[in-house]
Amino acid sequence: MSQSVGINFKKSSIDALIAGFMALILFGPIVGVVLDGYSFNAEFDKVAWMVLVVIIGRFAMSSFFQTEKGIAMAFRYANSNDGATVLPPGHKSKMVWIIPLVIAIGLLVPFIASKYVLTVVILGLIYVLLGLGLNIVVGLAGLLDLGFVGFYAIGAYGLALGYENLGLGFWSMLPIAALMAAIAGAILGFPVLRMHGDYLAIVTLGFGEIIRLVLTNWASFTHGPNGVSAPMPTFFGLEFTRRSRDGSTFHEFFNIPYDSAYRYMFIYIVLFAVVWAVLFIKHRLVKMPIGRAWEALREDEIACRSLGLNHVLVKLSAFMLGASTGGLAGVFFATYQGFVNPSSFTFFESALILAIVVLGGMGSTLGVVIAAFCLTVLPEMLREFAEYRVLMFGILMVVMMIWKPRGIVRVTRTGFAARKGVVK
Amino acid sequence: MSQENVLAVENLVMHFGGIKALNDVTFNIKRGSVSALIGPNGAGKTTVFNCLTGFYKATGGKIILSAGGKETSIIKVLGEPFQMTDFFSPVAFFSRLKYKMFGGSHLVNRAGLSRTFQNIRLFKEMSVVENLLVAQHMRVNRSLIAGILNTKGYRKSEEEALERAFYWLGVVDLVGSANRLAGELSYGQQRRLEIARAMCTNPEIVCLDEPAAGLNPSETEALTKMIRVLRDQHNTTVLLIEHDMGMVMDISDYIVVLDHGEVIAKGGPDEIKNNPKVIAAYLGAEEDEEVTL
Repeated sequence: MSQSVGINFKKSSIDALIAGFMALILFGPIVGVVLDGYSFNAEFDKVAWMVLVVIIGRFAMSSFFQTEKGIAMAFRYANSNDGATVLPPGHKSKMVWIIPLVIAIGLLVPFIASKYVLTVVILGLIYVLLGLGLNIVVGLAGLLDLGFVGFYAIGAYGLALGYENLGLGFWSMLPIAALMAAIAGAILGFPVLRMHGDYLAIVTLGFGEIIRLVLTNWASFTHGPNGVSAPMPTFFGLEFTRRSRDGSTFHEFFNIPYDSAYRYMFIYIVLFAVVWAVLFIKHRLVKMPIGRAWEALREDEIACRSLGLNHVLVKLSAFMLGASTGGLAGVFFATYQGFVNPSSFTFFESALILAIVVLGGMGSTLGVVIAAFCLTVLPEMLREFAEYRVLMFGILMVVMMIWKPRGIVRVTRTGFAARKGVVK
Repeated sequence: MSQENVLAVENLVMHFGGIKALNDVTFNIKRGSVSALIGPNGAGKTTVFNCLTGFYKATGGKIILSAGGKETSIIKVLGEPFQMTDFFSPVAFFSRLKYKMFGGSHLVNRAGLSRTFQNIRLFKEMSVVENLLVAQHMRVNRSLIAGILNTKGYRKSEEEALERAFYWLGVVDLVGSANRLAGELSYGQQRRLEIARAMCTNPEIVCLDEPAAGLNPSETEALTKMIRVLRDQHNTTVLLIEHDMGMVMDISDYIVVLDHGEVIAKGGPDEIKNNPKVIAAYLGAEEDEEVTL
């Protein structure tokens, strides 16, 4: 690595030409030919721009990887595929300042961002919650769950139907929905957790579909595909509406002009607080006996049993805690949309949440947060590309799995300082 | 059942479909002894182990573990099928239902018997210390609230668990590797770590499945010393399966020889060495045509 290397421009040029040629083949038919009724128009300027960008990009990349810095970087990437690293004992991350910074920025967002941006960020945070919940089940306990959306649906419908039938509002449903989802997790979990691997995945897949089908077909209770409206959150009993049938509204109470964005600001702030609480709990859980038991179970179930861990209860606890987080996310989703119907809870959602966990890195909290934002905010930013969104999504997944099969963020484990060692 | 025997196996029978893997195996393991289970390949040693440790449900017979001041029937805690009489006695019914629903091999470990595996089963992606902390699951503060709030009691219990973990790392000479991933360790170190992990569950009897397999002579000697430490300093009974005859004869107080699923001899090392049946089982016999390998 230490030998000084000049940039070989001939090699870079060849790389760039090859990449440009590939881009021409790829983009030529997709972008260059636009159907217009029964005929088609050729749009070569668009293709030319794309190919040019690819050529310049490839040239720059090729040159960079011939510099000393680039070689070092490539070397680091080539060696980063081996699992977790153990931190030295007493390790203090240098990045701790980032947490207050993120909190500060996060609290500013509702006051500076537009309503549209705010809704996108809320959606991102909802997926962070979902990702964190599934991360407990898949990332830590190693149970492949393809029906996670079922718990999300239970939370969302819990709020909508609880309001309709029992008059329960957002605040009372928040804990109840988490509890309901956990109970649903236990009911699903108890009979099936004796299975593992693929069989479990199939059963959970079925569970997710059953929930969706029940919601669609039990029309007398759930109103079927027509959906149910969900209540908005209230601020100490104050509603975020223009006019209230009973009691006063938020803007009247504080004597400010009505703005429909207040509702989203409030949801955002509550959600932000809940996400931080879940992050904190998750952070503690992985260091606790239960977190260790989950990870041990993922590594080797038979060894766990030989050490006196009740594998069924350990799995069940992972399932229940993961499900309750999904239920919380569901409540926020329902109140954010103001309306729920079964088409929000398809298998594609489950796959998306699983993608968040896998892309972020199994068991990694930070990775899941980043991945959740990427996978929800990116599609919004790519709105102009409209129908290519799913294509780009797919390409991103493939590229990530090749480059970083272990996810964006590598899992680190706490190191322990050596002790004298006493047996009691 | 006396307190003298930590483990009593009576008429143990194990069938896999039509294959009789074990046939009427009977032996007792004395408290505080080092015992060995030997026999040619395919004799059923590991099957006996799996029955003892609850990984197989024996077809018939009795296994009684007297540890922790009480007697545990290993076959019962795994959950047995209902009997006709259960339906007339609610107590028996619920006891059976309890073990059927919540029973399993983890109860065997909680009763005071731990084991290692022939093909090492460590938690490879976890650090060495964490492997030992997982093993102390039943001895730490498992309260969710205490853990999340990081209370004083919780920190104390974690500290104690770490102290115990480092003690056992000292015994198996792995303190230097405490913060490495278990999967990165060398083969010999992994074997030692697995023994330390089994000991962290605070067992009265530890079953080692071929602990010396794949070790070089000096490592085997270190292992022999370690097993003596387990017995002498921790009052742990050791039961091991081993093919290294030198080591077996060196450390065992009592040897049970299995062949074709039957006990063909049991006794002290000297007795076994000169037992014609054992020699026939291992080397083949000229006259005795029944014993073939």
